[in-house]
Amino acid sequence: MTMKGADAVLKALEQEGVEVVFGIPGGASMPIYDPLVDRSPIRHVLCRHEQGAGHAAEGYAWATGKVGVCMATSGPGATNLVTPLADAKMDSVPIVAITGQVPTPVVGNDAFQEADITGITMPITKHNFLVKDPAEIVETVREAFHIASTGRPGPVLIDLPKDVLQADVEYVWPEKVALPGYRPTTKGNNRQVSEAVKLILAAKRPVLYVGGGVIKANATDELRHLAELGDLPVVTTLMARGAFPDSHELCLGMPGMHGVYTAVTAMQRADLLVALGSRFDDRVTGKLTAFAPDAKIVHVDIDPAEIGKNRVADVPIVGDCRDVISKMITELRKRQGDAGAPDRSEWLATLKGWQTKYPLRYAQNGDALKPQYCVERLRSFADDDTILVSGVGQHQMYAAQYWRFERPRHWINSGGLGTMGFAVPAAMGAKAGQPDKRVVAIDGDGCFQMTAQELATSNTERIPFITAILNNGYLGMVRQWQELFFDERYSGVYLNPDVPDYVKLAEAYGAVGLRVETPEEVDATIEKAYAIEDRSVVIDFRVDPREGVFPMVPAGSSNDDIILGPEFAPHETPGEAPIV
Amino acid sequence: MNGHLHTISVLVEDRPGVLTRIAGLFAARGFNIDSLAVGPTESRGVSRMTIVVNVEDKPLEQVTKQLNKLVNVIKILEHDQGAAVERELMLVKVRSEGDNRPRIMEIADVFRVNVVDVTQGTLTLEASGKPEKLEALLGLLREFGVVELSRTGRVALGRGDRGIKDRTLKVASDA
Repeated sequence: MTMKGADAVLKALEQEGVEVVFGIPGGASMPIYDPLVDRSPIRHVLCRHEQGAGHAAEGYAWATGKVGVCMATSGPGATNLVTPLADAKMDSVPIVAITGQVPTPVVGNDAFQEADITGITMPITKHNFLVKDPAEIVETVREAFHIASTGRPGPVLIDLPKDVLQADVEYVWPEKVALPGYRPTTKGNNRQVSEAVKLILAAKRPVLYVGGGVIKANATDELRHLAELGDLPVVTTLMARGAFPDSHELCLGMPGMHGVYTAVTAMQRADLLVALGSRFDDRVTGKLTAFAPDAKIVHVDIDPAEIGKNRVADVPIVGDCRDVISKMITELRKRQGDAGAPDRSEWLATLKGWQTKYPLRYAQNGDALKPQYCVERLRSFADDDTILVSGVGQHQMYAAQYWRFERPRHWINSGGLGTMGFAVPAAMGAKAGQPDKRVVAIDGDGCFQMTAQELATSNTERIPFITAILNNGYLGMVRQWQELFFDERYSGVYLNPDVPDYVKLAEAYGAVGLRVETPEEVDATIEKAYAIEDRSVVIDFRVDPREGVFPMVPAGSSNDDIILGPEFAPHETPGEAPIV
Repeated sequence: MNGHLHTISVLVEDRPGVLTRIAGLFAARGFNIDSLAVGPTESRGVSRMTIVVNVEDKPLEQVTKQLNKLVNVIKILEHDQGAAVERELMLVKVRSEGDNRPRIMEIADVFRVNVVDVTQGTLTLEASGKPEKLEALLGLLREFGVVELSRTGRVALGRGDRGIKDRTLKVASDA
């Protein structure tokens, strides 16, 4: 079948099962937009900024497990996608970005709206393509989706010059993807699996160190099975919140710089860490040389380069977490036999003791509205099926700590890159992918202002969600560091909680704006917001600017030097922490 | 020879931008390239790069693993010391005035290198061989004054069976 290159792009997207594309058109990408008028299967969501389109594609991918798609024109349209692409690379989010490019005869000529976007995005994509031959359009789309969604997922960019889009092409769907240099290892090595299981059986103080890879691999059922079978306590990293239910008695919560004491210290005292789809990131390990000093390491990851990158693994296993965990379950059951898991009651009792003694804690004193309280109340009115999205900073940590996560793909945030402004567009993308679920974005006032324009998109395209701004009038995380490490010399962090007026701003965007200034107003306002389903809602929570995120392991410090926070009396400080 | 240097052969798809991807990866990850040579192979559509990596700061394993993640990289072979034939080509222009010429010619003779250009004031030599040999030659020529120097970087092939197998290449060129 002969058609224009642009039609071939859309038809190939259809064959890949794409339902929605987030984008903004421009000169070079206009040929793709013309057939969208007639072609109904693909919905185009017109965003207000390409960065919003990119994060929306990420939110969609997170919430659905499918590949998210965003589209931009050449030059500035394409460069505005740089941040979401880098974000998706760091957090292994499968997205495909399609960019228009100036016509091939003028590529390299500094033509109007020309940017070498394949050159620019090489280090921040899993792979990218500049299609110069119209005959390669269809196979390129096929390859892009294959690369984005398999192995360690990630972003792929396809750059399409305008004349390529306008050329006649023969549409042939390639049955196979021919990529000689791309063969991810998905099946875990059986011998290594049994070595890992031997270590698990021998361990007295084991911890499953679960990362985002478990969610990417759709391995959360298997994880639960493994944990229960072996009586193995679980920590879920920032990227893995919801991979294991917070309500489960084996769940220790989030480790890391702002992790809960028990999760952080369980890893420090462990004699075995089974890392599943996690990468020993500096925010988790703290000072690397002091991290989990007594632990043997089993490291399972689909990306061989992650294994041994930061911490040497005693048992490295390259493979998909679902495959490997399933094999571990089989092997563990075989070796445990009828006897069941080894007796771990002492270790589990120690952990339980820490949980009781060192819980997350904040003080609700006076009239001040505490951000943690807002998160708790937002959670208490929400069901387990509510998708929570956040930006980056204090509010993100409060959300990760105080929301109770029960299901995978119900927590979406920017972990690796730490992209402020992620929440609003990502929430919109999540809602587009899961229209029947409630989506709540917990955002900071600093973050919100970076991408708030997508509220216009949400209300125009009828993709409603709730944004809860924890408005403290500051770039709060930077403020907290200045308070702790720069002698309270506050520099470049004051934003002004009254400007803009977030209620009026919400209304200007066609959303409902609500404001909460005291703890007494919290519940009624949340109930009101959750009852609105036909348009987006923004709640301006005026929270205490002096509140800080705790516990905290200062950057570069050992996890043993965890600071519990001002709510703990001196005799309760971590120096007193019991050691097994 | 410097113990931090490792020679690796990298088979890549012959596509625009592949060299940029590899060079960019080395720069971004803080790996040091001592030399890099690239050219076609016996299989159509497949190029071979020989890269000498300085692994003083980062383990070689990270270098090869990260390289392997590039979609256009088909195969990587690490050459063990002595298990590969390694050669480099060098063109060197030496100042040659009056009495010097016979002495330079004598050195060229001993090293079995060709004189490829002669002018009033210079001699240009073409030398190929193991990097150690080229270094030794250069050391001797420096006393006369090296005007210009151009080296290809190292190329290498594993000895005997130690190579990148035919099958890999076939899979690649069929694709």
